[in-house]
Amino acid sequence: MVEREVEVLNRAGIHARPAALIVKIANRYSSNLYIEKDSMKINGKSIMGIITLGAAYKSRLTISTEGSDEQEAAEAIAQLFLNRFEE
Amino acid sequence: MVEFSILDLLDLDLKEHNHLQLTCIAGRSGLSRKLTNSKISRPGLPLSGFFDEFSHESIQVFGRGEQQYLKKLETENNLDALERLFSYPIPTCIFCDGGRPSLRFIEIAERSGCSVLQTALGSADFTRGLIQMLDEIFAQTITIHGVLVEVYGIGVLITGESGVGKSETALELIERGHRLISDDTVKLRNISDTYLIGSGENPLLAHHMEIRGLGILNLANLFGVGSIRDKKQVQLLVNLEEWDSNKNYDRVGEEMTETLLGISVPKLEIPVKPGRNVPIIIETAARNERLKKLGYYSAKEFDQSVLKWLESESARNLYYSNEETF
Repeated sequence: MVEREVEVLNRAGIHARPAALIVKIANRYSSNLYIEKDSMKINGKSIMGIITLGAAYKSRLTISTEGSDEQEAAEAIAQLFLNRFEE
Repeated sequence: MVEFSILDLLDLDLKEHNHLQLTCIAGRSGLSRKLTNSKISRPGLPLSGFFDEFSHESIQVFGRGEQQYLKKLETENNLDALERLFSYPIPTCIFCDGGRPSLRFIEIAERSGCSVLQTALGSADFTRGLIQMLDEIFAQTITIHGVLVEVYGIGVLITGESGVGKSETALELIERGHRLISDDTVKLRNISDTYLIGSGENPLLAHHMEIRGLGILNLANLFGVGSIRDKKQVQLLVNLEEWDSNKNYDRVGEEMTETLLGISVPKLEIPVKPGRNVPIIIETAARNERLKKLGYYSAKEFDQSVLKWLESESARNLYYSNEETF
């Protein structure tokens, strides 16, 4: 399992479009993706799940991946956060 | 740990029978105090001066008895115990039966930074409602990836891998007149170690569903208020999985259970294959679950009938074979 700490850097927070983007990228990998905020842990391949996290600007999340390509998946998702979801 | 302040307690929008009718009558600055446990204290003993084992971290409820005793203390001008009570960081004190504390009481409470609330309910009704509510707030919770629907009055939690068709199954069930509680993320709460209550994680976003190809839908608007529910006890788990020809699926109705937050819930594993009508299987499972609650176990009854029949058959064979020997 690979874990990464990430921060939401885009002003609008994680709304529908960024959530869809995360799911799109996550689905390219066979590994499972989980996103954790405070005490809540959700499946990173589900749009509604990611939106319900309520991740606003500057909130810190922990992403974890598990599977055969966990390293690459974690890297790709962390990169998305760094790129502010291309916003 | 849940962060729950007295202000949150006042803000809770409870309906009908469990409405607590709370209002704040003094000490507003104390409303930010945090509540850390679900216990309630009746401060009769501390008021009489006995402070051993005083649970100062609980809400203090003043019923009629305590209020009368306070009046007596005030006429005797003996408020040392009250001063001492408020020297503890108590979360809040609540007056039942619409009782009003005296000005001196309010002054002591406000000086210590403690809020004073009032309810029109009697202390028995009020404590019952409050305990029930606090139990729910401080209940152990987990968030699960799945869909919670109510089918024929049974709370069915559908789980399974992404893309196996949970949401589509739920959509078909709603179309058939059943109700959606939450799609995708379901928050489960252990209520006094006896049952599980499932609800959406966030009431603002509940009753929305994401269907591949359609995007995000608001089910309450599409199907009407009759098709949604806020919370429901989880009574049956249904795990959908891709059909695995190497795996043996239950064919005779053996009972499986899964333990969630220490509570065991009946569980079914349903293999999914294109063309298989999963919603009708879930409907039937819910009907069967209702039958079981009425004490009728289809699989067991069937087995009993088979055994009875085999017995009578062998008895008859025995009878005829004996006859031939005569």
